[in-house]
Amino acid sequence: MARAAVLRGLSWRVATVVGVRDETAAGRTIVFELPGWPGHAAGQHVDVRLTAPDGYSTQRSYSIASAPGGDLVELTVERLPDGEVSPYLTQVLSVGDQIELRGPIGGWFVWDDASPDPVLLIAGGSGVVPLAAMVRARFAVGSSAPFRLLYSVRDPASLLFGAELDHYQRTDLSFGVHLAFTRTAPADVPRPVGRIDAAFLTDATAGGPFSAPDAPAVFACGPTGFVEAVANLVVAAGHEARRIKTERFGPSGSQR
Amino acid sequence: MSVPLDGNAIAGALGELFAVDVSVARLECGGCGMEGVVAEVVVYIDAPGVVARCRACDNVLFRLVRAPDRAWLDLRGVAYLRLRTTST
Repeated sequence: MARAAVLRGLSWRVATVVGVRDETAAGRTIVFELPGWPGHAAGQHVDVRLTAPDGYSTQRSYSIASAPGGDLVELTVERLPDGEVSPYLTQVLSVGDQIELRGPIGGWFVWDDASPDPVLLIAGGSGVVPLAAMVRARFAVGSSAPFRLLYSVRDPASLLFGAELDHYQRTDLSFGVHLAFTRTAPADVPRPVGRIDAAFLTDATAGGPFSAPDAPAVFACGPTGFVEAVANLVVAAGHEARRIKTERFGPSGSQR
Repeated sequence: MSVPLDGNAIAGALGELFAVDVSVARLECGGCGMEGVVAEVVVYIDAPGVVARCRACDNVLFRLVRAPDRAWLDLRGVAYLRLRTTST
């Protein structure tokens, strides 16, 4: 089990913004400095709390995007048009600002960086964030665990971490990315626009230890409907339910 | 519309109350006897409180309601919780 799995007295701490980076038109990475951060495992999340001058307070959960290490924690947040918190985090929050944050949270949906087992990651939209943390952790620790990422995204402009993921798969043959564009695909992608289905799963898991007999660790993250659909596909393909870990977030943006 | 999430989503709320990470605890449903992990139960967070249900039989496992200085945890649908502790 990941070393950060045991929480003691989880409480709010003050995080200072030390950097912001636009990833897409709606997605921004915010770099927080957290003195005394106990460290996290790839896949964990934090809760963010905002309090208005009149005392009204609201909180949301966001996955950590960065690999473990140091006092800096990166969150990549996608702005929701009618969101209450995400517009503030992605459009207002600036370097030097402080917010309340608690974590790291959740010892279940985490990748153990000491495990040599193959890993199959399946992301829907901004559900790629905790899975990107696992990919980054893999490269940060120099793991040779075979990794494959299946990433469903609306269109090329919504792709998070596209250049970085591409760089990884060009430099390491045991890491690969397969993209499913659901609305608009780039001209050079032969596969027609569409969601992840059984045929896509078969193609994207070929040529590596990612099929059911290989028993890869499967992590699926995305909107609730997406996760339900891909979890069913993976089970139908013969993977054991105990090897599949899921993380759902609501389309309302109530989570991550 | 209420959207079901995973127990993982309330790990922070539980972490505030317990010394160990309850989201990785195993539990048995008091309704159907299914065993599972808290992180994987069905959770609704947009009710006035948190409602957790069994993924197999939909039984209400537990409910958590917060006030500024209090927390109510109703565990009536859970047969047992098995928590990981540090060895003593």
